[in-house]
Amino acid sequence: MSTELPNPIRPAFTEPTDESHVIVNIGPSHPATHGTIQIVTELDAEKVVRTDVHCGYLHRGFEKECESHTWHNLIPYVDRLNYCSALINDFAYCETVETLMGIEVTPRCRYLRTLLSEYARVADHLTCVAASLMELGAMTAFLYLVTIRDYIYEHLADLTGARLTYSYGRIGGLANDLPEGWLERLAEILEQYEEFVGRVHGLMDRNRIFIDRMRDVGVISTADAVNWGYTGPILRSTGVPRDLRKDTPYLAYAELDFEVPVGIKGDNYDRYFVRMREMDESVHMMHQLMKMLPDGPVTVDDRRCVLPKKELVYNEIESLINHFKLIIDGPQVPAGDCYVAHESANGELGFYIVSDGSGTPWKVHCRAPSFVHMGGAHLMLNGYQLADIVPTFGSINMIGGECDR
Amino acid sequence: MDNGIVEKLCEEFGSEGASTSVAHGIAVIELDRGQLLPVVGRLKEGHGFDMLLDVTAVDWPGREPRFDVIWHLYSTRHFVRVRLKTRVAEADPVVDTLTGLYGSAGFMERECHEMYGIVFRGNADLRPILLYEGFQGHPLRKDYPKQQEQPLVPYRTTRNP
Repeated sequence: MSTELPNPIRPAFTEPTDESHVIVNIGPSHPATHGTIQIVTELDAEKVVRTDVHCGYLHRGFEKECESHTWHNLIPYVDRLNYCSALINDFAYCETVETLMGIEVTPRCRYLRTLLSEYARVADHLTCVAASLMELGAMTAFLYLVTIRDYIYEHLADLTGARLTYSYGRIGGLANDLPEGWLERLAEILEQYEEFVGRVHGLMDRNRIFIDRMRDVGVISTADAVNWGYTGPILRSTGVPRDLRKDTPYLAYAELDFEVPVGIKGDNYDRYFVRMREMDESVHMMHQLMKMLPDGPVTVDDRRCVLPKKELVYNEIESLINHFKLIIDGPQVPAGDCYVAHESANGELGFYIVSDGSGTPWKVHCRAPSFVHMGGAHLMLNGYQLADIVPTFGSINMIGGECDR
Repeated sequence: MDNGIVEKLCEEFGSEGASTSVAHGIAVIELDRGQLLPVVGRLKEGHGFDMLLDVTAVDWPGREPRFDVIWHLYSTRHFVRVRLKTRVAEADPVVDTLTGLYGSAGFMERECHEMYGIVFRGNADLRPILLYEGFQGHPLRKDYPKQQEQPLVPYRTTRNP
């Protein structure tokens, strides 16, 4: 029964550079890392000399699968890229297709997408910070943060019917409007957020153990971060306020008042703090958006991509045909290509789509921030302790679904 | 987005024989593969395109040359993106690597290599990254059947009790 299985990877190095060094393999299913990642390290006692990072253990052929479904059918797939903030994926993908089709969404949809993107960002940052704190032993902080996250998940389940992968975006709009009382509950949750996150600040920010583990660990410079394609909180932790929501405003961000928090030196502590502050900014934006939210439809009235109303489908032959055409052939997207990027919780999430003019994509490519970040992860791991791999990896917030696609 | 820069780029590179256009706010430069390194070098040093966002390819079976290789660059100074496109033939799917200019090219070129079989000349590390060592074929090519399986660990043939 015991047949020798082939090694799925070829490590970049198999011999240590010094006879006192040792090569240690971590992962892909290591209990101390959340995420299937394999890191081959060369250790000088406790110190990491060099690392070779391998991902791909969650690869499931996302891009290949996209080429045999209609444009609309992909929405559940894009949800499963970054499953911690699936709504941002939804909206980024829908906006890419809408750009190619020349569709402008309704004002209510635009504000709702902005609001929900920020809500998803809070949930994502809560997950990331909670998990990295737990890995350092801060169980209480973890429980406080995931309590709020669970309120958010339940609240989003009220809206979309799912806790994690919502399939809520639609090309041309949203699946449905807000249910009765949804914004009132949102205001309650945001109040509880202040209380719980305040407690976590009290537990962690000036905690000697926490600072010793996080300060000056996993440092990356701005120049390296830019050269290695880092975006999002990691780039901002190095001290530059680069944020697509400010730099190339999309959705309703140009109308909002918010700051772009930055770090001082790009270490783990800065990444923790940038994420904590970003959540505060998101909450600030959501308060504004709740006041700005206009009335009106959430979906454009465009027969090329939006399903007709059920009453019409049952009573009118044109709408019946329209319904069948949209389901069977899919929305006809004009031939061409298009790249649209949103600021996801991890950085620049871009979709590059190519259409041949039919209802099925010719190509859908996802520029996943996690994948690019893994390409430069060795910069933050080399030179530090073996035990620092876990908090540093946690602060990069690699999401397997998006990294491995 | 600063459209002045997009137009300036189109003018500058268009006057040198590359085909340029603007698509949805992004400057598109179509060039021969031989021009790639000098053009990217100038974009990086002269125009502030300091971040390589993405490397991918598009397969057009039946067209000659068969593949488009596509790069997206971003300027963190001007907040502008540029897309570079070049065509390579199936028989000679070679372009120059950008690893000398951008660190981020490493992983993305590895992915593009395993998925489409594009060879990035000068990149010594084109090991599989999302797939595994020894994977046969290039799965994002249109002639690779979606249903084709090549499991690394053989499927179990007997049922568990």
